[in-house]
Amino acid sequence: MPNHKKLSIESKRSLWVAVLIGVGIMAAIDEIIFHQLLAWHHFYDQATPAISLLSDGLLHAGELMAIVAGFFLWADLRQRQVLDSLSAWAGFFLGAGGFQAFDGIIDHKVLRLHQIRYGVDLVPYDVAWNLAGACLILIGVILLFRARSMRHKIAQTHNAP
Amino acid sequence: MNLIKICGPAMQHSGLSSWIPILIILGVMAAYLGAVVWQYHLARRWSGWRTVIFLLGIGLLTFALWPSLTVWGPHHLHGHMIQHLLIGMFAPIGLVLSAPVTLALRTLPVRMARRITSLLRSQLFGGLSHPVTALILNIGGMYLLYLTPLFAYMLYHPYIHTLVYIHFLAAGYLFTWAIVGPDYVPNRPGIRTRLMVLFVSMASHAYLSKVMYAYLWPRETFYSLEQIRTAAQWMYYGGDLAEVLLAVVLFTHWYQKRIQVGQCARQVSLNCIKESAG
Repeated sequence: MPNHKKLSIESKRSLWVAVLIGVGIMAAIDEIIFHQLLAWHHFYDQATPAISLLSDGLLHAGELMAIVAGFFLWADLRQRQVLDSLSAWAGFFLGAGGFQAFDGIIDHKVLRLHQIRYGVDLVPYDVAWNLAGACLILIGVILLFRARSMRHKIAQTHNAP
Repeated sequence: MNLIKICGPAMQHSGLSSWIPILIILGVMAAYLGAVVWQYHLARRWSGWRTVIFLLGIGLLTFALWPSLTVWGPHHLHGHMIQHLLIGMFAPIGLVLSAPVTLALRTLPVRMARRITSLLRSQLFGGLSHPVTALILNIGGMYLLYLTPLFAYMLYHPYIHTLVYIHFLAAGYLFTWAIVGPDYVPNRPGIRTRLMVLFVSMASHAYLSKVMYAYLWPRETFYSLEQIRTAAQWMYYGGDLAEVLLAVVLFTHWYQKRIQVGQCARQVSLNCIKESAG
């Protein structure tokens, strides 16, 4: 028997689950492209203090957990047919952009774990890095508003006799 | 033999005694396979998947403890690290998921099986196999080994070396069992506790390997800077892979349970929910 409360779409959960995936994927892209392929910045850059290594370790564990947990929670929303894909895409972009900006400002500038590249003028790299993050966040916000207006429309059609 | 004498460490491992671990492993394998055959003989079933994953775990363990590798390993720190990863992390995943305790309970005579269950239910076992205890035994042992002179000491004392291998396997198995063990035990901590512990384990692993890389531990050994750094990177990426695998297994169990609960909800049967949640 169909239960309306059960079958209603879980928008908030869809959003947060996708934020997890976005954060994890962005962190993985950073590690794979910039650490492994371009080798612009490395495993350890000879200047990082021990306490930053600890925060680095926590961040790393967090991102791995985020990817695995995010995909399983997403799969669960799908199999229960309560996934709101527009909210989920919004969450994905917000998560990815949020991580990019966090990495650009906190990791690179505040903790000084590593810089994007060495032996070059950093300003254009930092600007491009954080601008890319800002763009992703903007896409996320736009999608979030679209998801919200979509929900309103659906609610109105449901309420109409 | 001359080369070995010059290089020095832990070479007393040669000869017949170096085959003892392999013989023990083969014995365990024979026992497991014998029990599986006995199950089929009794017209019961035993999962083929569990048997395959068991053989995989046994294979990795055999490879890691093969006499020529135990001789080669300590001479190259990354060789030792590969052994460590296989013995302490990858082989235990296979051995834990093959559910040997469940198989033993089904196969052994009732009286012995009861003794095992009462052991599993004891407070001592509950405390020892709690994820936090297992984490401390597992990761704590590693910090002790790599960040103290213990490692240098181990290289020249074969008995300590053997004990370290045994610790890798025992602590690795206990930790893996505490996180993803399929054998039924009452009062097992919930998924949140286990995820938190796994998270701490991942972070401590990543931290330890970067500290080794940055500050060149283990010290007072004959390894070059290059070797230590290669080993630390093996530890970092290898440890990651093993722990992500653990997270995937843990979430797969959770996901399967969610599907069962969902099917029950549709059938509106309370007993069904109780069964699948148990």
